[in-house]
Amino acid sequence: MSDDPQSQDGVRIRVRKLSKVFGKHPDRALALRDQGLDRAAILERTGDTLGLSNIDFEVRSGELLVIMGLSGSGKSTLIRCLNRLIEPSEGEISIEGDEITRMDAKRLRECRRRHFSMVFQHFALFPHRSVLANAEYALEIRGMPKAQRQEKALDALRRVGLEEWKDAYPRQLSGGMQQRVGLARALASDSSVMLMDEAFSALDPLIRRDMQQELVGLQRELDKTIVFITHDLDEALNIGDRIILLKDGEIVQVGTPEEILTRPANAYVERFVEGVDMSRVLTAQAAMRRPVAPVTLDDTPGEALARMDEGGVDTLYVVDDERRLAGILERGAVVRACAGEAPSLATLIEREVPRVLPEEPLHHLFPMFNKRSYPIAVVDGEGRLRGVVVRGAVLAQLAEVGREAPSPEPVPSLAPLDGPSATGVSS
Amino acid sequence: MIDVPRIPLGGWIEAGLDFLTGHYSHVTRAISRFTRSNISSLNDLLMAVPPWAMIVVIALLCWRISGYRLGVFAILGLSLIWNLGLWQPTIQSLSLVVIATLVAIIIALPIGVLAALSDGFNRVVMPILDFMQTMPAFVYLIPAIPFFGIGAVSAIFATVIFSMPPAIRFTALGIRQVPTELAEAADAFGSTRMQKLLKLQLPLALPTVMAGINQTIMLALSMVVIAAMIGANGLGAEVWSAIQRLQPGAGFEAGIAVVILAMLLDRITQAMKGREAAR
Ligand SMILES: Nc1ncnc2c1ncn2[C@@H]1O[C@H](COP(=O)(O)OP(=O)(O)O)[C@@H](O)[C@H]1O
Ligand SMILES: [Mg+2]
Repeated sequence: MSDDPQSQDGVRIRVRKLSKVFGKHPDRALALRDQGLDRAAILERTGDTLGLSNIDFEVRSGELLVIMGLSGSGKSTLIRCLNRLIEPSEGEISIEGDEITRMDAKRLRECRRRHFSMVFQHFALFPHRSVLANAEYALEIRGMPKAQRQEKALDALRRVGLEEWKDAYPRQLSGGMQQRVGLARALASDSSVMLMDEAFSALDPLIRRDMQQELVGLQRELDKTIVFITHDLDEALNIGDRIILLKDGEIVQVGTPEEILTRPANAYVERFVEGVDMSRVLTAQAAMRRPVAPVTLDDTPGEALARMDEGGVDTLYVVDDERRLAGILERGAVVRACAGEAPSLATLIEREVPRVLPEEPLHHLFPMFNKRSYPIAVVDGEGRLRGVVVRGAVLAQLAEVGREAPSPEPVPSLAPLDGPSATGVSS
Repeated sequence: MIDVPRIPLGGWIEAGLDFLTGHYSHVTRAISRFTRSNISSLNDLLMAVPPWAMIVVIALLCWRISGYRLGVFAILGLSLIWNLGLWQPTIQSLSLVVIATLVAIIIALPIGVLAALSDGFNRVVMPILDFMQTMPAFVYLIPAIPFFGIGAVSAIFATVIFSMPPAIRFTALGIRQVPTELAEAADAFGSTRMQKLLKLQLPLALPTVMAGINQTIMLALSMVVIAAMIGANGLGAEVWSAIQRLQPGAGFEAGIAVVILAMLLDRITQAMKGREAAR
C-alpha cells in the first residue's frame, strides 16, 4: 500500500508503550511501575512478573532487526507480543498501519496468515508430518489447492537445500537440517515479517555460523523483514542490521552493531560488549581506501602505466562507463604490452577480481587474502567500484579500535599504502 | 451421644431417580429399543459366521496387527473356548463390550478434548471422573434397571458409565502433552482452533488416546461380566449360574474364557497403539 504513511517511511511494525505483566493484577503492577518500582520490587509486592515495560521501537521494511538480551530479559515475551501469541498488558502494536492489538480473533488470524511467520528455538516441527507437509502447513490452513501449495513448499525447501529430503520425517534429520525445514516452513508462507526466537541457539557453533550466513543471504535476496532474537552478542553483531538490547524487560540501547560497540549507551552495554571480537563487526566499508583512479577499457596501456607510476601501485582497476568494475591490471602485463604492440586493455585484464559488498564483515576478508595476492575491491549492489581493501588496512582498522586481529595465519608485516584516514570514501 | 437425625441421602437419590424415570421413561425406552436391536444385530451377525471361520479371521487380524505369536495364541485360545461349548456366551460378551466401548468412546472423546482445551471445564470434570471410577461398579446396575429394564441395555448403560473415565482422562492428557512450542507454531501461522485440533493436537495425542481406549475396553469387559447380575447374557451369566449351582469346574471354564478374551482385546489394542506411536 503505497498511500500508507507507515510504508512510506519504511516502517513495517510500530510498537508503542508496550508492557506485559505475567500475573493476576496487571493494573496494580503497572501502577507500581509508574511509581518507579523495579521488576524485583513489583514481584515482591504483587507476585506478578513485569515481563516487559514501556517498549518503543520500529521494525523497518527489509531490515534484519536483532533483539538481544540475557536469559529472562523478556525477548521471547516481546516477539510473542508482536503476533499476540502473548497478549500485551498495555500499549499498541501496528503492522502497516493496522493495529494488531485491537483485532478480534478472526482478523488476528488473517493478520498472522498474511504478515507473520515464525521460526522456533527447538524447531517446533510437526513430528507426524513429512518435511514437505511441514513446509506446506501455512498454505494448507489457508486452503490453497494441494498442487499449488506443494510447488511453493518445494521452492522453499530448494532454497534451504533440502529438496531431496521432502519425504523424510523430522526425526530423521540432524538439528541443523530440522531448522532448515523450520526456515522453509516460514519462507513458504510468504509472510511479510519473519519472527525468529533463538532460532540458531540450539545448533552446533559451526552449523550456526553457516545458518547465519545463509539467513543473511536469504534476507538480501528475498528482501525479507526479520525480527531475530538471540542471547548471543556475536550472533547479533554478525547478522543484525540494527540491534535492540533488552535488560529486565526494558530497552537499554538501539543501534547498529558498530554503534553498540563503539558507543555503548551505558556501563551495562559496555560490560556486555567487552571481549567482542571486533573483526566480526567491522565491515569492509570501515577498512576500505580510495583506490588509485581507475582506467576504462578505452584507455591505452600507456595511460594505465602512467596511472600506476603516479599512484605508486602495482595493480590498477579497470571500470566501464558507469564505473562498474570490469577487471584488474598487473604492472608486469602492462609494461610488456607497452614494449610490444600495445593491444587494447581488454586483452590484458584479469576479470576474476576478489570483490565484496561494503557491509561484508572484515573477518570474511581474511581467508580471501590467503588465497589471492590482489587487493579486495569493494563494490556496491550494482557492481560499481567504491573502494579497495588491502590487508594492512584491515589490521590498521582493527588496531584503531584497539583490538588485536585474530588472524588465521601469522600476519606478515605490510605497510599501509596510505593513511587510515580514507574510511568511508566513495570516490 | 447426641441424637443426630440421619441424613436421608438415599431417599433423595431415589426421589431424583423416580422423577427422572417418571418423566423420561419414554426417552429411555426408545434408547433401550434402539440399543437392544443393535446388540442383537451385532450378535446375530457374529453368530452367523461359523466359529472356525471367525477364529481364522481373528487370528489373521492378530497376526497382521501384532505378529505370529498373537495369531497362534488367538487360534489356541478361541479353539479352547469353542471346544468348551462357550462360543455363544463369548460372542454375546464380545458384542456387549464392542457396543459399550463404542458408545463410551463417542461420548468420551469430545469431553476429553474440551477438558484439555478449557481449564474451567477440566476442573469440573476431573472430580466427576474420580467419583465415577471409585463408585463400586455394582451400584450403577441398580438405577439402570428402572430406566432400561432387565438385560443387555442396562448392562451397557452401567458399562459405559464405568468404563468411560480412562478414555476421557487420556484424551485430555494426550492433548495437554503436546509441546507448547508446537501449539504456538500452529497458532503463529494462523490456524483456527479446529485446524490446530485436527492437524496437530489429535494426531499427536493418538497413542495416549489409544492407551485410554485400551483401559476402557478392559473395564468394559470386567463390567460386562458383573452385569450378568441384572440379566445380561454372556460369559458372566455362565459364571453366575455356576455359582448358584455350586459348580466350580464350570465357573472356572467360563472364567478362563473371560481371561482369553481379555488378553486378546488387550494385546490387539496395545499393538494398535504401538503402531500409532511408531509412525
Ligand atoms: N507465562 C509466564 N508466566 C510468568 N512469568 C513468565 C511467563 N513467561 C515469561 N515469564 C517471565 O518473564 C520474564 C521474561 O521471560 P522471557 O520473555 O521468556 O525471557 P527471555 O526469552 O529473554 O529469556 C522472565 O522473568 C520469565 O520468568
Ligand atoms: Mg526466550
